[in-house]
Amino acid sequence: MAQYKLQINGRSYEADVEADTPLLWVLRDNLGLVGTKYGCGIAQCGACTVHLNGTAVRSCSLPVSAVGTKSVTTIEGLSSTGDHPVQRAWNEVDVAQCGYCQAGQIMSASALLAKNPHPTDEQIYTAMNGNICRCGTYHRIREAIQLASTKMK
Amino acid sequence: MTILPKTNRRDFLKLAAAASGGLLLGFRWSSSAAATEDIVQVLDDTTALPLDTIDFNSYLSIAPDGIITIFSPNPELGQNIKTSFPMIVAEELDADWAKVKVLQAPLDAKKFDRQLTGGSGAIPHSWERLRKAGATARQMLMEAAAKRWNVSASELSTDKGIVLHVASGRKLGYGELATEASRVPVPTEVKLKEVKDFKLIGTPIRNVDNAEMFTGKPLYGLDFHREGMFIAMIQRPAAFGMKIKSVDAAAAKAMPGIVDVVTFKNNVAIVGKSTWQVNKARKVLKVEYEAEGAIESTADHDKLFKELLNSKDAAVKRKDGDVETAFKSAAKVITREYQCPFLSHAPMEPMNFFAHVREDGVELVGPTQTPEMARGEVSKLLNIPADKITLDLTRLGGGFGRRLKADYVVEAAELSSLIKAPVKVIWTREDDMTGGSYRPAVRYRFEAALDAKGMMIGYKLRGVGINAGNTTREDNFPSGAVDNLLIETVDHQSPITTGAWRAPITNFLAFAEQAFLDEVASAANQDPIQFRLALLDKAKQSPAGAVKYSIDRMKAVIELAAEKSGWGKKKDVAQGFSVYFSHRSYVAQVAEISVKQGKVTLQKIYAAADCGVVVNLSGAYQQVRGGVVDGLGHALYSNLTFKDGATEQKNFNNYRLIRMKEVPDIDVYFVNNGIDPTGLGEPALPPTGGAVANALFKATGKRLYNQPFTKQEELKGVSLGERL
Repeated sequence: MAQYKLQINGRSYEADVEADTPLLWVLRDNLGLVGTKYGCGIAQCGACTVHLNGTAVRSCSLPVSAVGTKSVTTIEGLSSTGDHPVQRAWNEVDVAQCGYCQAGQIMSASALLAKNPHPTDEQIYTAMNGNICRCGTYHRIREAIQLASTKMK
Repeated sequence: MTILPKTNRRDFLKLAAAASGGLLLGFRWSSSAAATEDIVQVLDDTTALPLDTIDFNSYLSIAPDGIITIFSPNPELGQNIKTSFPMIVAEELDADWAKVKVLQAPLDAKKFDRQLTGGSGAIPHSWERLRKAGATARQMLMEAAAKRWNVSASELSTDKGIVLHVASGRKLGYGELATEASRVPVPTEVKLKEVKDFKLIGTPIRNVDNAEMFTGKPLYGLDFHREGMFIAMIQRPAAFGMKIKSVDAAAAKAMPGIVDVVTFKNNVAIVGKSTWQVNKARKVLKVEYEAEGAIESTADHDKLFKELLNSKDAAVKRKDGDVETAFKSAAKVITREYQCPFLSHAPMEPMNFFAHVREDGVELVGPTQTPEMARGEVSKLLNIPADKITLDLTRLGGGFGRRLKADYVVEAAELSSLIKAPVKVIWTREDDMTGGSYRPAVRYRFEAALDAKGMMIGYKLRGVGINAGNTTREDNFPSGAVDNLLIETVDHQSPITTGAWRAPITNFLAFAEQAFLDEVASAANQDPIQFRLALLDKAKQSPAGAVKYSIDRMKAVIELAAEKSGWGKKKDVAQGFSVYFSHRSYVAQVAEISVKQGKVTLQKIYAAADCGVVVNLSGAYQQVRGGVVDGLGHALYSNLTFKDGATEQKNFNNYRLIRMKEVPDIDVYFVNNGIDPTGLGEPALPPTGGAVANALFKATGKRLYNQPFTKQEELKGVSLGERL
């Protein structure tokens, strides 16, 4: 066990965990940030996607010891009032069915748009290829990304 | 359908909300006679009773500030029931949707009827009682306004949460009338709206949980936390047909954060303080297994299927006319076989449940499609009366039928009773994929006899399955349309556990049947759509045996799909057709495939659905589109195979689910016929595989017989659907 100081959603957190504990389980079990989801544990489904210094990463396969001083953003911290352009677009398009994968989808989409505010369809397919939606809401995810693209500053 | 003969007065109960005022209306969902008897006494002395003693159910409440609260009893797993149920109440109430608040109700078998998610049945089952509930409250509000204004209620109208007296220009909000309305006698007759007058039903309404889902609020079972609870994972047998021989838990027990390792039945539970610690301890747990039943592999099943297709023992599910003579006299006989693998349900949220077995009762919290059954099984196992067991429903991160089984609820309760502590049992993805309850593997043989004119005079279907139960749906089309017909099924009992998987049986049967009929139409030199329409005409004019589907509704979706897709009029794409009736609803689909410079691409699927009245256009549209994606993804990619009793696929690295770049455009159309809703959770899935396979034949001349398509010889070098 060791103490880790983490920068998450603009706040400092401390967690006393083993070095190989994936960030996902630190978020969920130690810090109570359960918006980031467990789906496969092997970086295949994208439900656990968070931002590490603005880049989308799979937190289920990222040991806490590798996070260091990099800033982590989870779905809870994407915006203070839930009105990030991507969140607004997700609501307007009414994307979700079961909703379980959508936090990860939103984190992948928001990382894409931060770097590339006006992606082509091909760029969207590439960026979102790591996120599975078992309900099949892919059309609406793409539509919401396109809508959010028009809302990005 | 507007005026109901008589609303049973005992179906409703009004109560003034003691502290805050307002109207509180209970509408009874249960219809058992025993419950009615209880209620008579209650009704004789209603208003003074505290709420929790009333044997009525879910309350529709209207607070003085106009906020309307509606409980939604059924498990929500993405079928949108939590939004659609309240919409139906709000429609008849003429409520302002912006002022409606929806709450998930816990399990309460006394108050609610059919509190489960399965069989696409919730809306058809509850449609009338939800409408009555809203209409009853609306009528009471109007009576209250009539009294206040000293006019006849018949002069009043309502709109968006307001009662209006048009003649005098007076109006009052529901909140202002709620307390007075609670003193009005519950009406015995209520007028329901005409379908044409619906304002909310049929429009797109956003999911009521959007804000919580999109900001990461704890909604799902896996998110549930109780102070002092333990986390547990369970090591189950490494293969089906195995049992525990020995357990060496010493190393696991010594790992940090582990509080106990408990063996029960064929399970070894590792109990600890955090998920990762439990996961790590599990890796050093040593369990030896030994065979206790048949240890089967996919190769055994393949062999078995061929034997059983020729076996003399089959259960006859339907027999019309004289099949033997028809096939002897046939000008042409077509015989084809189709096979599908096992599938994992793979909901994105793996199985999990919280259980706390105490001296005085049991608390259960989590995602289940069948809360009442889960509680019943826990009650039986622990010998604790059901009324001492509470079950709170979380939102479900998908179900697809997996959560119709209560195994993961029961084991959590059993573990809690053994360790005498609150515990949340978590399945990893590997546990979920290896631990059972799959869509059964099935093989079909279809045979058709055509006469010299190309009319189908004989039809035979035999299905064989592994723990599949009845592999056929003997009364579905084309039964009724063929004079000589024989439908048979054979089941093989296996230790591999199976269960209902979204659109049970029809999720593959529909593909096999619709691909087969496409070949038969081709052999008869007929257009696939005209061929099916001719069969339906025959079923109408001179039915062979009972016809248990609506010929007119099936024809209507066929014609709508043909019209919207421009069937037969396009030169640049190859079109494939499919239609299926399941769970009371009808869906026809046309798939379009292009071939450009040798690249075969699935461009588009048109889906025409008849589910009766569409409640929520946003939810319904996505339900159909999601069903098509589900049907497509599993037809193309997903494959669960067995070696020595264990699945060869353990996670999403080699168990493929469809991804965004692999879905074609999907357009959805609904038949507008005003029929009471007939269900939509499943019916869009079954037709997809057939439409795609039939389009592929038109595009390439290749026929597909087995799923997943991408593993078949016919698809070598074809990257169907890839957009990149």
